Amino acid sequence: MMNTFVVYVENKPGVLTRVASLFRRRAFNIDSLTVGRTEKPEVSRMTITAEADQDQARRIEANLYKLVNVLLVENITHEPSIVRDLAMIKVAATHEARSHVLELASVFRARVVDVAADSLTIEITGAEDKIDGLLEVLRPYGVLEMVRTGIVAMRRGKNTISPATAIHGELDIAEDDVSQSV
Amino acid sequence: MKPKTAGKTMTGAGILWECIEREGVKDVFGYPGGAILPAYDALKHSKIHHILVRHEQGATHMADGYARASGKVGVAVATSGPGATNMVTGIATAMLDSSPIVCITGQVGSKLIGSDAFQETDITGVTLPITKHNYLVTHANEVARTIREAFYVAKSGRPGPVLVDITKDAQQTSAEFDWDAAKPQLPGYRPDLSPEQKEYEQALDLIHNSKRPVILAGHGIIISGAMQEVRDFAERAGIPVALTLLGIGAFPAAHPLNLGMMGMHGEAWVNHTIQEADLLLAFGMRFDDRVTGNLKTYAPNAKKIHIEIDPAEINKNVKVDVPLVGDLREVLHQLLPHVESIDRSEWLDCIDKLKGDSAVRDIQNLPDSGHLYAAHVINDLWRETRDGDTIIVTDVGQHQMWEAQYYKHEKARSLITSGGLGTMGFALPAAIGAKVARPEAEVWVVVGDGGFQMTLCELATIVQEKLKVNIAIINNGFLGMVRQWQEFFYERNYAATPLLNPDFAKLGEAYGIRSMTVSERSQVIPSVRAAREHDGPVLINFKVEQEDTVYPMVAAGASLHEMIRRPSKIVETAADE
Ligand SMILES: Cc1cc2nc3c(=O)[nH]c(=O)nc-3n(C[C@H](O)[C@H](O)[C@H](O)COP(=O)(O)OP(=O)(O)OC[C@H]3O[C@@H](n4cnc5c(N)ncnc54)[C@H](O)[C@@H]3O)c2cc1C
Ligand SMILES: Cc1ncc(C[n+]2csc(CCOP(=O)(O)OP(=O)(O)O)c2C)c(N)n1
Ligand SMILES: [Mg+2]
Repeated sequence: MMNTFVVYVENKPGVLTRVASLFRRRAFNIDSLTVGRTEKPEVSRMTITAEADQDQARRIEANLYKLVNVLLVENITHEPSIVRDLAMIKVAATHEARSHVLELASVFRARVVDVAADSLTIEITGAEDKIDGLLEVLRPYGVLEMVRTGIVAMRRGKNTISPATAIHGELDIAEDDVSQSV
Repeated sequence: MKPKTAGKTMTGAGILWECIEREGVKDVFGYPGGAILPAYDALKHSKIHHILVRHEQGATHMADGYARASGKVGVAVATSGPGATNMVTGIATAMLDSSPIVCITGQVGSKLIGSDAFQETDITGVTLPITKHNYLVTHANEVARTIREAFYVAKSGRPGPVLVDITKDAQQTSAEFDWDAAKPQLPGYRPDLSPEQKEYEQALDLIHNSKRPVILAGHGIIISGAMQEVRDFAERAGIPVALTLLGIGAFPAAHPLNLGMMGMHGEAWVNHTIQEADLLLAFGMRFDDRVTGNLKTYAPNAKKIHIEIDPAEINKNVKVDVPLVGDLREVLHQLLPHVESIDRSEWLDCIDKLKGDSAVRDIQNLPDSGHLYAAHVINDLWRETRDGDTIIVTDVGQHQMWEAQYYKHEKARSLITSGGLGTMGFALPAAIGAKVARPEAEVWVVVGDGGFQMTLCELATIVQEKLKVNIAIINNGFLGMVRQWQEFFYERNYAATPLLNPDFAKLGEAYGIRSMTVSERSQVIPSVRAAREHDGPVLINFKVEQEDTVYPMVAAGASLHEMIRRPSKIVETAADE
C-alpha cells in the first residue's frame, strides 16, 4: 500500500540527495517527495510517499534514521491526517467551452488563476483523488499542460510533529567515546 | 589532558592533524598529491606517524585492518580525484563489515568546485552509498568539528567508514582552533537505543521454553566487546554456539559448547543443528545470504531472537519473533541475571550425533600422500602459532574458507578477513594495518595467488616500515574459488581461472623480503618455524594441490541442509594411500 512519511531533516546541502539515494539503494520506489522550510531555519520537512507493505515501511523508517542528518521520521499512513496536493491545470477553453470549464472548476472548488484567449489555468488544492477527479472531467476539453506539487501531509488534532521535538538534546559523549588513547 | 586551545589560530591543515592526534591516533596510512599537499606539509608539526602506502586502496585496507585488530578508528589519507577514487573499494569493504575508519581526502579549492578542475571528483557523491556518513569541508573553521564528528560517527553505534573531503583552501587558510567548542553537533544521530522491558520478558520466555536452542554468534559480539557475556550466557543456559565467518574468535574454538562455523562453507553438523533448532539466538549477526541459504527453508521450526544494534537489520532477511535492539553487551547484561540454568544434554547429545557422521573430511588426520593440501598448511600454521598472540589476516577465496575451517581461533580479533564484500587484495594491506595497531602480535597473511597479485605493491610498504609480517601464499595456480564454482556449476569449463604466476619467492627477494618455496608437507612446519625465527618479514610460497575443493558447500540459493559433501570416494582413496 501507499505509505506516507513525514521526515524532518537538517537543512544542509546534500541532504535531499542522501534521502533520495537511500530509497534507490534499498530498492524502494518514491512515489512523491516534497521538501520545504519549517518554522526553524535549520530544519526542513519532507513528505514522502512510497509503495511498501508494513514490514518494508518499518525498514524504510529504520533506514531513514540511519542517515545522520535525519532528525525525525513518522509514518502517518494510519494516522488521521490531512493530505494535500496542489495542481495547476491549463485547459483548452474556446469560447463555447469556457463556461463549462468554469462551472466544473467551481464544483471542485478550484480557482482560475490565468485566462487567455483559448485557455484557462486552474489551480486546485486537495487530496490526490480530488485532483484526479477534476483532471478526469477536464480531459475531454483538452489538458494542455499540468503540474502537481506532490503531497504534503500533517496529522490532525493535537498530535503535533514539530521541528522542536525533532531536535534531540546535546549528545552525551563520554570522554572515552571520542578519545582512543589507551 | 591536552591544554585548552581557545583563541589559538591555526591553518586548517594544522587543525586537522591536531584533532586526529587528540582522537588518540598515532599512525595514519596515506599517499600524497596536489590537493592534500598542505596537509602533508603540516605533518612536520605533528607527532603523527605517516605510513606511505603504494596504492590508496591499500591505505583504506590498512586503516580497516588497524581498526579490526584494535577496535580503534583507522585513518587513511589521499589526494583528490584518482587518489580518492582509489579508496572506493576499501571504503565499501569497511562499510559491509561495519569497520570504523576515517578517510581524509584533499579536494580542489572551494572556488573551483563544479568546474571540472584538474583532479576534481565529487567524492562525497561517489561514496555516499558506501559510507556511514561523509562530509565536504570548505572552510578552515569547520575542520575541527567535522573531524570530531567523523570519529564519533565512525566508532559509535554500528561502526562504519566516514569520509571527510577537505578543499585545498580550507587546509591552507587559518581559523581559530577551539577543541572544546568543536564538540560534535549531531541532533539526529542516536546510536544508543535499548529494548523495552516487555521485549526482555518475551525473550526470556522463549529461552526458557526452548528445548533445542542455538546461539548464532556474529561480528557484533567482537564490536561490542561482549565475549565474556556471551560465554557466561551460553554456559549458564547450556546453549551451543555457532559462529559466522566474522564471528570467529568471538567464542573460543576449544570451548565444549562451540560448534564451529555456519553457512555456505560451514561445518555440516552446524548447519543441521540450525535447521533442527527450535530457537535461534542471533547475537550481533545479520543473517547474510551466505549464512542462511534459501530463506524459505531456513530454520523452519525455530523461533528467533535477534540482538542487534541496527534497527534496520531487524526482519531484513529473516523474520524474527523478538528483536532486542541495542548494544549486545548491555542487552546481555540485562538478560543474564534472569537466565535460568537448564539441562540441555539431550539436545547436545543429538548434536554430537550429527557431528559424528560429518567429521570425515578431517584432512589433517589423513596420512601424507605426497600431496600438499592447503588445509595441511593452515592446520600446521595453527599448530605452530596457536599459543601466541597471533593475528591471521586472510584474503578471499578457497584459502579463506580453509583458514576458517582449519585454524582454531580462541580469541577475538585474531582473525581479520573481508566477509561482506569479499574483497580480493584485502589481506596484505589489512595485515600491515593490524601489525601497526598491535606491534607485539605475530601477524600472518594467508593469501591466494590471485588476490596476492592485486595489492602486492604493499610489500614495499612492509619493507620501508620495517614491519615483521609473515606471508603465506596458498598458491594453487588458479582463482580457486571461482574454479570450484566452474567445477560444480559450469561443467568444469575453467574459463579465465588458471593463473600463470611469477616466481613469488624471487619477487619477495626483489623487495628485500626473505622468501622460500614449499611444496612438500614435511617442509611446512620447518618453514613456518624459520619464518617465525627470522627477524624481519618472510614470504612463503606454498605450492598446493591445484584442483582441491572446499567442502561442504551450500550452493547459492540452496537450503542450508542441502550441502555438497566431499565425495566419499576421495576420502577412501586418500585414506588408502
Ligand atoms: C568466499 C566467501 C565465503 C563465505 N562463506 C561464509 C560462510 O560459509 N559462513 C559465514 O558465516 N560467512 C561466510 N562469508 C561471510 C559472509 O559473507 C558475511 O560477511 C558474514 O556472514 C557476516 O557475519 P556477521 O553477520 O557476523 O558480521 P557483520 O556482517 O559484520 O554484521 C555484524 C552485525 O552486528 C551488528 N552489530 C554491530 N555492533 C553491534 C553491537 N555493539 N551490538 C549488537 N549488534 C551489533 C551489526 O549491526 C551487524 O548487523 C563468506 C564470505 C566470502 C567472501
Ligand atoms: C576484487 C575481486 N575480484 C573478483 C572476486 C571474485 N573472486 C572470489 S574468490 C576468487 C578467486 C580467488 O583466487 P585466489 O586469490 O587465488 O584464492 P583461492 O580461491 O585460489 O584460494 C575470485 C576471482 C573477488 N572476490 N574480489
Ligand atoms: Mg589461487
